[in-house]
Amino acid sequence: MTDIAAPAPHHAARFQPAATERPAVRVLLTVVALAFLGLFLVLPLVSVFYEALSAGFGAFVKALGGRETASAIELTLLVAAISVPANLVFGLTASWAIAKFEFRGKSLLITLIDLPFSVSPVTAGLIYVLMFGAQGYLGPLLAEHGIKVIFAVPGIVLATIFVTFPFIARELIPIMQAQGTQDEEAALSLGASGWQTFFRVTLPNVKWALLYGVLLCNARAMGEFGAVSVVSGHIRGKTNTMPLQVEILYNEYMYRAAFAVASLLALLALVTLIVKSILEWRYADEIAATRRH
Amino acid sequence: MVPLTTFRSRPIGRLVAGALFAAMASMPLVAVPAIADTTLLNVSYDPTRELYKAYDEAFSTYWKEKTGETVTVEQSHGGSGAQARAVIDGLDADVVTLALAADIDAIAARTDKLPKDWATLLPDNSTPYTSTIVFLVRKGNPKGIKDWGDLVKDGVQVITPNPKTSGGARWNYLAAWAYANETFGGDEAKIRDFVGKLYRNVPVLDSGARGSTTTFAQRGIGDVLLAWENEAYLAQNELGPDQFEIVTPSISVKAEPPVALIKGNADAKGTTAVAQAYLDYLYSDAAQKIIAHNYYRPVKPEAADPEDLKRFAALKLVTVDDPQFGGWAKVQPAHFADGAIFDQIYKPGQ
Repeated sequence: MTDIAAPAPHHAARFQPAATERPAVRVLLTVVALAFLGLFLVLPLVSVFYEALSAGFGAFVKALGGRETASAIELTLLVAAISVPANLVFGLTASWAIAKFEFRGKSLLITLIDLPFSVSPVTAGLIYVLMFGAQGYLGPLLAEHGIKVIFAVPGIVLATIFVTFPFIARELIPIMQAQGTQDEEAALSLGASGWQTFFRVTLPNVKWALLYGVLLCNARAMGEFGAVSVVSGHIRGKTNTMPLQVEILYNEYMYRAAFAVASLLALLALVTLIVKSILEWRYADEIAATRRH
Repeated sequence: MVPLTTFRSRPIGRLVAGALFAAMASMPLVAVPAIADTTLLNVSYDPTRELYKAYDEAFSTYWKEKTGETVTVEQSHGGSGAQARAVIDGLDADVVTLALAADIDAIAARTDKLPKDWATLLPDNSTPYTSTIVFLVRKGNPKGIKDWGDLVKDGVQVITPNPKTSGGARWNYLAAWAYANETFGGDEAKIRDFVGKLYRNVPVLDSGARGSTTTFAQRGIGDVLLAWENEAYLAQNELGPDQFEIVTPSISVKAEPPVALIKGNADAKGTTAVAQAYLDYLYSDAAQKIIAHNYYRPVKPEAADPEDLKRFAALKLVTVDDPQFGGWAKVQPAHFADGAIFDQIYKPGQ
């Protein structure tokens, strides 16, 4: 991930050889790196799909069709559909404010945005139990009005929003900072309103970073285990998301079904990476152009 | 000057903007799922999943026939202590069916949702079924494991979860203690030595019972798994009877997993009558049959299928209320608190 404070320098020395090692060393290093990746990344990933499809595609689809599994998939989609747009709005506004304006407390805001990265997901879940649990600060008040947060969908959404908080903002801030405010100033001087400037200048300038941030945010929102596990209550067919369902299926000796659901999550990760690569390849020039603004 | 309207149209920008507005518009639509008919929530511990899957179905049928009312029972499973904690924190359980009375006591102590004397409200101390701890060994019993004494031998690897984190593991620990107590005539130094030796033979101390089963059965680690009787049978069935054998030791503990109505929650939801019936029905002949069929020992064996009963070998069973233990209120601080007996006799890596 790009560092917020220091945008990547573009003035790398051009005429020095990048490395001085002999070819044999270079080949060896490459082989070691590839073998390592193959052993710890590719092989496990392949084995997930292999296990999931080992009894044929029909069995795979059947394994996903169980009532509780179907409801877990549904809940996961619902949670992502709420938390990703919420973080999209937050990420855009926060990075816009940070990159385009100077204000007191700006560095505090940047630090706070990073907080979910450094807090353990279990702690993130427990924070919400402490806030909204029956013994928590707001629990009795909520119970009086019959509002359920913890051990229900709202709690799961809150925990997911918390852990996926930084993804979009972290993608946007460095790019927006690198671009500066000249484009916006030009638009304003030409008579554009604030909204017009935002939608016609600021947003198009960061669209690729935004899209990538949304993809990452979505992948994490669907894949989060720890924080969601704490606030879920594990009610079958009701408050289990896909990652929780994988654990349940595995513990109940339903290995094929567990791997089927796990393979869906792995597929999500793969699609995210592939779309990212395609974007970078297809729009390489345009991305470079927006960075260099 | 270039008028703004000639700005090049940017489809992606518009798409993102559109998605943004759609998202914001849909924010208040966090719908609460509609509840049809009566729904009960049974908050239980891990090994009862299969039992309650069968029982819930039987109860729904019974209740429909009796009252015409459709009742759906939702299940939540997890470690017994963690489940109790969740109910304390507001998990809306109508009934709890946990591994230890101490866990239900904890709910009674920290909330006013059930009376302190909950255990007296149903027959048999509110335990409609019991279980015990047995050994699961690899096919052919290559290490010749017959009783607790064989577990401390050199070269025998024992798989059991950590008694500090797992309710089930405490029963394993107490069963070993009960054997040593009988063998050494109550000589506490020798008992400690025996139990310490046993835990030094444990290569992986998992945090929960299912984790230990997976370590033993899936990962192939260890020679013997200390397991709930029902878990041992389930593992044998699910993973192949050609791979494992069950060995019943001479003495073990009588594990009494109790059930209770969380009256505060049920009253608020208006489900008290059906939740009470749900627990009462556990003592019926039909339910006792289901219980025995799912490898729990029924409190009314006469109601169970004789074929199912045959699987339960006779052995000497010691309860936690036996004088050597003095009940959970004494056992818990004396053995499992930080720095207590378990910490004194078990030091990882020694």
